[in-house]
Amino acid sequence: MQALYAQLLVGLINGSFYALLSLGLAVIFGMLNIINFAHGALYMMGAFVAYFLLNLGGINYWWALLFAPIIVGIFGMILERTMLQWLTGLDHLYGLLLTFGIALIVQGVFQNYFGSSGLPYAIPDQLKGGMNLGFMFLPIYRGWVVIFSLVVCIATWFLIEKTRLGAYLRAATENPTLVRAFGVNVPRMITLTYGLGVGLAALAGVLSAPINQVRPLMGADLIIVVFAVVVIGGMGSIMGSIITGFALGVIEGLTKYFYPEASNTVVFVLMVLVLLVKPTGLTGRAA
Amino acid sequence: MPDTAIAEAPAKGSAKAATGGNILQVRNLEAWYGESHILHGINFDVNAGEVVTLLGRNGAGKTTTLKSIMGIIGKRTGSVKFNNQEIIRTTSDKIARSGIAFCPEERGIFSSLDVRENLMLPPVVREGGLPLEQIFELFPNLKERLNSQGTKLSGGEQQMLAIARILRTGASFLMLDEPTEGLAPVIIQQIGHTIARLKKEGFTILLVEQNFRFASTVADRYYVVEHGKIIDGFSNAELAANMDKLHTYLGV
Repeated sequence: MQALYAQLLVGLINGSFYALLSLGLAVIFGMLNIINFAHGALYMMGAFVAYFLLNLGGINYWWALLFAPIIVGIFGMILERTMLQWLTGLDHLYGLLLTFGIALIVQGVFQNYFGSSGLPYAIPDQLKGGMNLGFMFLPIYRGWVVIFSLVVCIATWFLIEKTRLGAYLRAATENPTLVRAFGVNVPRMITLTYGLGVGLAALAGVLSAPINQVRPLMGADLIIVVFAVVVIGGMGSIMGSIITGFALGVIEGLTKYFYPEASNTVVFVLMVLVLLVKPTGLTGRAA
Repeated sequence: MPDTAIAEAPAKGSAKAATGGNILQVRNLEAWYGESHILHGINFDVNAGEVVTLLGRNGAGKTTTLKSIMGIIGKRTGSVKFNNQEIIRTTSDKIARSGIAFCPEERGIFSSLDVRENLMLPPVVREGGLPLEQIFELFPNLKERLNSQGTKLSGGEQQMLAIARILRTGASFLMLDEPTEGLAPVIIQQIGHTIARLKKEGFTILLVEQNFRFASTVADRYYVVEHGKIIDGFSNAELAANMDKLHTYLGV
């Protein structure tokens, strides 16, 4: 039983990263109509920014949780302003290819300077150690990752579904021309939205640094699974991407316990099944 | 522009008169959708406090004229002056903030927003917008359906919502594109009352209509659009004398 709970926890943690990343992808896709393949590279940048802040600036984990998303978010907004915005109105394929190219360049640069092996990032003192829950031992940092991710996901959902700013966002997803004709600066909103989505990826990167180490290819490994999660959940649905992210993490964890051989493929098998039965994804609306 | 600036009664006798309260001045406006040239030099004026109607057949360029004024068309040239400010190069968000509000032909109700969110969506651009109580007095149906999804409303209710949401913003120049299209006579009547009431409140309205009978109940002046040009114009008083011509223009 211990092993089962341990795998469930690993599943929840992976699910946290899936949820944060696919949430950002969903937000970006909804507003910019771009399949942001650079997402994994930006997640990796989040972890590296945390590493640099600590080792070059002496700025600790807690501040990195704040600054890394802002720094990477600003980098993302520069990408949007200088490159992505010119793709407005073109086929998805262009955005996908451009962001794929950006991902390769960013990863290449980091690999050139840091190789492929991981750099260590220590768990902050306040979150060291663990708790015995009776049925299992819970490392505190891991519990923190799951809860903090959940809070951030729900806050993002609230921002988009329940606030005035979110109403602008949803409306501009449907009809940007009309929203702009009401007096909203839609291009600026698009830039900020990309910054928000990218910031979520960077945040996931910081959270992951103490668990998975800081590696140039950490995002490339993860992003393929995250895209499968997004396809299963339905592109563009906020709540759908959160729930699917956590759920698939757990399913993956359970598979590791019950049938480890399939643990690396179960998400893709599910993706194929969902695509066959409901091509728009479980919670997706038809385009 | 102060909301109280209701101009003197619209000039009688000529469609191109009255520069005193002139609020919108369109000169030699041309517009394109991609490669196709839609407007070929539109000229007309709207004075403060008037209801002016653009008439014309389908495809004549009426909607394109409104969209060009609003700045939501691919390419436009010529001159559009609003309150003596040139806006031909201005982006649509800034045009909206200068006090022009647009109610599009397809109504543009957002399906991912509920009625309340749809109603509150357009930002307030200046003081003097209608307070919500007054909007609900004009459109009591909306008050009961605030929590419904925007596109679950009937066609008439959606039209009312599309008009209601631009009254909040403080814009005093409204452009309504075919507000009666596809609606039942009783609802058309209600929209007619609303427009008359808005005129009384001091709004200036530029209306696009196919429904000439409806237009004649609310408009002060008419312009006839054909092949992307204004080919004629007259006031409501001159309407009877122009009926024959008008029938030819509109092909009714």
